[in-house]
Amino acid sequence: MIARIFSLIVKELLVVLKDPKGRIILIVPPLIQAVIFSFAATMEVENLTLAVNNLDQGKWGYELVERLSSSSTYTEVFSVEGEQQIKRVLDEQKAIAVLSVPQDFSRNVEGGMTAHVQLLLDGRKTNAAQIIAGYTRQIIDSLQIDTQNGSPAGATVIERNWFNPNLDYKWFTLPSLVAILSTLVAVLVTSMSVARERELGTFEQLLVSPLRPVEILAGKSIAALLIAIVEATGIIAIAVFIFKTPFEGSLLLLYGSMIVFLLSIVGVGLFISALSMTQQQGILGAFAFMSLAVVLSGFATPVENMPEWLQVIALANPMRWFMVIVRGIFLKGMPFADVIANTWPMAIIAFMTLGSATVLFRKRME
Amino acid sequence: MNTHSLIRIKAIVLKESRQILRDPSSILIAFVLPTILLVLFAYGVNMDAQNVSIGVAMESSDPTAERLVGTFQATSYFDVNVARDRRELIDRVTSGELRGIVVIPQDFTERLSSGDQSPLLVIADGSETSTANFVRNYAAGVLNAWRSSEALDRSAEAVAPIEMQQRYWYNAELESSYALVPGSIAIVMAIVGTLLTSLVVAREWERGTMEALLSTPISPVELLAGKTIPYLLLGFLSLLGAVILSIFLFGVPYRGGIPALFIAGGAFLLSALGQGFLISTATKNQFMSSMVALITAFLPAFLLSGFIFEIAAMPFAIRQITRIIPARYLVTNLQTLFLAGDVWAVIIPNVVFLLAIAVLFFGITLRKSSSTLEGNR
Repeated sequence: MIARIFSLIVKELLVVLKDPKGRIILIVPPLIQAVIFSFAATMEVENLTLAVNNLDQGKWGYELVERLSSSSTYTEVFSVEGEQQIKRVLDEQKAIAVLSVPQDFSRNVEGGMTAHVQLLLDGRKTNAAQIIAGYTRQIIDSLQIDTQNGSPAGATVIERNWFNPNLDYKWFTLPSLVAILSTLVAVLVTSMSVARERELGTFEQLLVSPLRPVEILAGKSIAALLIAIVEATGIIAIAVFIFKTPFEGSLLLLYGSMIVFLLSIVGVGLFISALSMTQQQGILGAFAFMSLAVVLSGFATPVENMPEWLQVIALANPMRWFMVIVRGIFLKGMPFADVIANTWPMAIIAFMTLGSATVLFRKRME
Repeated sequence: MNTHSLIRIKAIVLKESRQILRDPSSILIAFVLPTILLVLFAYGVNMDAQNVSIGVAMESSDPTAERLVGTFQATSYFDVNVARDRRELIDRVTSGELRGIVVIPQDFTERLSSGDQSPLLVIADGSETSTANFVRNYAAGVLNAWRSSEALDRSAEAVAPIEMQQRYWYNAELESSYALVPGSIAIVMAIVGTLLTSLVVAREWERGTMEALLSTPISPVELLAGKTIPYLLLGFLSLLGAVILSIFLFGVPYRGGIPALFIAGGAFLLSALGQGFLISTATKNQFMSSMVALITAFLPAFLLSGFIFEIAAMPFAIRQITRIIPARYLVTNLQTLFLAGDVWAVIIPNVVFLLAIAVLFFGITLRKSSSTLEGNR
């Protein structure tokens, strides 16, 4: 039986890798994507354009604009006049925000009265606009401190960011991409494999062979698992050696939990595969699962932000658990107990997905 | 174009339409998949953090510190776990249970009353980078709120502030779903458009029916036109369904016009369908084109379109890569159409870019599809 499974693994690997084009498509683009996405995925908001309508003749209005334009948030600051132009600038997204400083601004600041400024923001970019409003507020606050004499006493905040002192977003993205891109590869290899054999006619040959359904599935699973682990290893290497992401935890724990994780993904892929009659149905299932898994993984936005019912659904998403592990092992040196606490749910999911794939596959073979 | 050519195109349109109607998966792709994904994106992608679990280490326990802890407990931004010592909380940050710790040091009140700077230590879990930013910013906000309430209590001389009045245009209530739902439609349509066509040509090659098509007098241009029209119509219906769902189920206002939607949507669909045709023609193999489609359609659209991550903040080289991602233009166009209305100065340049991408994709597809079997070996 071992020998039969072994030859099946070799056969499955050959199917995917024998064609040089297929080999390249499967391995190289995800690695390139790992590099591109790690640069792209940043929650920072920089390089934006601010329009200023400064009616103040005094020094404080000028000072405020100066401070805003020397921050990294705004790389371009230009002036606008009149309501019509302001509307056009925002409508046409020439600037993300318009700051209006009224005529009496400096007079009020110097006279100790409440001074007003107005910030109009492009609400189409809800998130960036909110962050921008916060930054602008901070700059105004610091200006205000300087308008008074002496430094303020009282409560202040000292900030420390553990595990990622400069809050480098790449350190968050790269470990996450280990989970996402290895899933992509595992789903690709498995989700069309049965439909493909069916369409090419080789399924009949498998049926007449002495192989049992479990053996066929074991062969397909292990082959996919191997390819996905190679992919994950490539991304881990990119993260550690090219991007110098810290790796604090145990490599053994990471690979151990990764095998459980990938088995659960392979189970989903094979289930889709057994369910679909054509390759188009297979790819449809693969796309649906991929987007579901990524959105509910806590990669784009944290799982805690989701409504309660969706958080419950997310518990069934293996990627949600593995994200915690892979980031934890990379950045926090997550200890054994915490890794196990996040691995056993994946083991249950793997058992369910592989089990139901086997049941469905057996049915299909009869 | 002569009448013969029109007849031939019509024949292909008919053939493809029947194929679409007889295989349920195209209908699934066009209507069921977008519905599921849109619901998922609308609820699953949420930038508004609430009830983030933090620990507060109350190492000083006088009334001043207690009032400060009370202020932390009162906001809905944080879910506060109080401890006496920071060491009780550290492991819970490692396990991911807490996203940060606020430490009120022993000498906090003492230093405050002596008029010194009195620091409050805020520790954030940097491994959850965006949540860490949230913890930092909102902890500072809570401290500010507490400071002004303390100042009021002591009726100290209040300093005249500089007030910043902020207003969000197009989305006054800052409903983040108003921006995310139109963006989600763009991502979903990028998946749907590419999926619809990515297997269409490869299937003909694999099943051997391409040979039959090549033996007819039809030219590659006519074949491609005949295959595009039905999928374009299906794509339009799918887009329309998604827009209607957004308006009625998610309550996002639609302030643009219908013609603008069709222009923006049509240009996008052409580029997405073109991407699918190109993949399909280049690989001639369903398995391989599925792989390419899955790799190129979902993640790049999701991460490089400006839907979640601000394109302006990306490095220069990555910004250039985003220019060939069709979803990028649809995200901006749909956000504008939904929230701001028909701003042609935004829509037209985006449409031009989309059409240029479509021409590029269709052009390469035509070059790669020759009318002989041998030419493709």
